[in-house]
Amino acid sequence: MKKNPILRETSHVLIPVILLFALYVQFHGDYGPGGGFQAGVIFASGIILYVLLHGIKKTEKIISLQTTKLLAALGLLIYCAVGVAGMLLGGLFLEYNVLAADPVAGQHWGILFIELGVGITVASVILAVFYAFAKFEK
Amino acid sequence: MTALMIINMRNILSVIMLGGIYSLISAILFVVLDAVDVAFTEAAVGAGISTVLFLSAFAITGKHHDLKRRNHFPALLAVLVMGAGLMYSTLDMPAWGDAEAPVHQHVAPRYLEDSYAEVGVPNIVTSVLASYRGFDTLGEVTVVFTALIAVLLLLGAIREDEDQS
Repeated sequence: MKKNPILRETSHVLIPVILLFALYVQFHGDYGPGGGFQAGVIFASGIILYVLLHGIKKTEKIISLQTTKLLAALGLLIYCAVGVAGMLLGGLFLEYNVLAADPVAGQHWGILFIELGVGITVASVILAVFYAFAKFEK
Repeated sequence: MTALMIINMRNILSVIMLGGIYSLISAILFVVLDAVDVAFTEAAVGAGISTVLFLSAFAITGKHHDLKRRNHFPALLAVLVMGAGLMYSTLDMPAWGDAEAPVHQHVAPRYLEDSYAEVGVPNIVTSVLASYRGFDTLGEVTVVFTALIAVLLLLGAIREDEDQS
């Protein structure tokens, strides 16, 4: 990557902004457009940009294929855990009203956590699929 | 227009790039229709991620493709009949933007009126997706996860990792 100073420097400016924007979309999804799915895609695209510029080996030191696989399962598990938590607190599966004293607050907590689960799963699945493609050898 | 270009292209690389542009145009169309959440997804997934994934798949499969220009008249006939049928069926649809259309009479008014009091989230799309239809979204996340398992199995990345450890 020594040959392309312009690409390298631009990406150093852009990647943090992309990742920050992904987090904004994730946690601002209640108020503006967006949510876990879009945030996960944007987060993964920021890391994919890093892979395209610095190669896969350097990126895998930061976040490996194994980590993305574990994170993909973790996100789905968070989603299910929110559902089961509702059941344990006396509601139905994925009923958020019982998660807090106030039903509306409970809805907020539920949506926050399931969107977090969706975001983690989507980001790590896209990254893992990209890794699988990039590492494939004929 | 872009779609017509894609059909006429014979170079896969240009087709992938035009596919990205096509997604971006669809995203703009969704913004015009006030569906910002869908536009967001289309721009990020359609124009961004799928283009990158197509390119990496292209890098694996290489440029060995054998495309001969052939005319499939039965296929053309099938597409024309299907298209004509779909266009004919649009005649029965309610007028564009009609507030009395069946789709606006079902659950939509209830979501619009009660969701802020029940869920307390200003973005109704989020409250419908995450709360009223949380079970659907759980299914979608499971589908995404299953897709990952399938890709890893097909490309053999799981086996490769076990060999290293």
